[in-house]
Amino acid sequence: MTTSDALLLGLGAVAVGAALLVVTTRHLVRAGLYLVVALGAVAGIYLVLTAELVAWVQVLIYVGAVVVLLLFAVMLTRAPIGPSGDLDRPGWPALLVGGGAGLGLAALLVEAYRWSTVDLDEVGSAERLGSEIFRSWVLPFEVLSVLLLAALIGAIVVSRPGSPAGTADSAARRDGER
Amino acid sequence: MHPVIPYVTAALLFGIGVYGVLRRRNAVLMLMSVELMLNAVNVILVTADATVRAALFGSAAPSTPATGQVFTLFVIVIAAAEIGVGLAIVLQLYRLRASVALDTVPLAEPEEGQRVDVK
Repeated sequence: MTTSDALLLGLGAVAVGAALLVVTTRHLVRAGLYLVVALGAVAGIYLVLTAELVAWVQVLIYVGAVVVLLLFAVMLTRAPIGPSGDLDRPGWPALLVGGGAGLGLAALLVEAYRWSTVDLDEVGSAERLGSEIFRSWVLPFEVLSVLLLAALIGAIVVSRPGSPAGTADSAARRDGER
Repeated sequence: MHPVIPYVTAALLFGIGVYGVLRRRNAVLMLMSVELMLNAVNVILVTADATVRAALFGSAAPSTPATGQVFTLFVIVIAAAEIGVGLAIVLQLYRLRASVALDTVPLAEPEEGQRVDVK
């Protein structure tokens, strides 16, 4: 049991515990804040596994952007402050499928790796990942930029008030104009 | 470093994400659970990058490729795009129905005088 093992165990416990709180808490806003803890712990796991650039990208995009976006959505859907009782469906099928998937995968991976040891490689710095992306993965990188642009335009089109997929009252207004 | 620790963490995170997607009624909470599942996949990719590389090339190999980490970056970008479009749809749903409860969304156009209400 080395230092990296102890760190991985601790961060993994924090990540799993915070993720459990995300899916069980009755407070909508707190679910978003627990998500910050879980994603931060995952960023720490990346750091221990020498994926330095990925860890900082995780902090920037997930903890920075995605969680803020989710909290904005919580706010814009007028979520009540304090506990709300109608957040959950009956739990047994979900518990069966989720627990089965998680524990089954865990058993599979434990069976595959046992208690084997691996030496960690050099750090995945921005320089190394950048040369890897622009040598071997240029085409997927460019396709991803097109995907991001399409998602941006799609989000704007979907959420525009007067869009064809618009709201009920804008549809009513269109009917009234006819 | 024992690779089984991050692998088991990722498997448990994925299971929790599946549980959350199936359990939660609120669309925003369901999107949070989807994020947990995507993060579990990212942890698997990064761990596999460290372990498979070491198994294939040995620990002393010079500047081996970091494909797993590159794929993790791609997955993070796709997750960002997904959450943007997903939240736009959720907000549109809220504007239409003043509620984001997923199990009250009708899957088909309702018949005349009949309300589709899946419980």
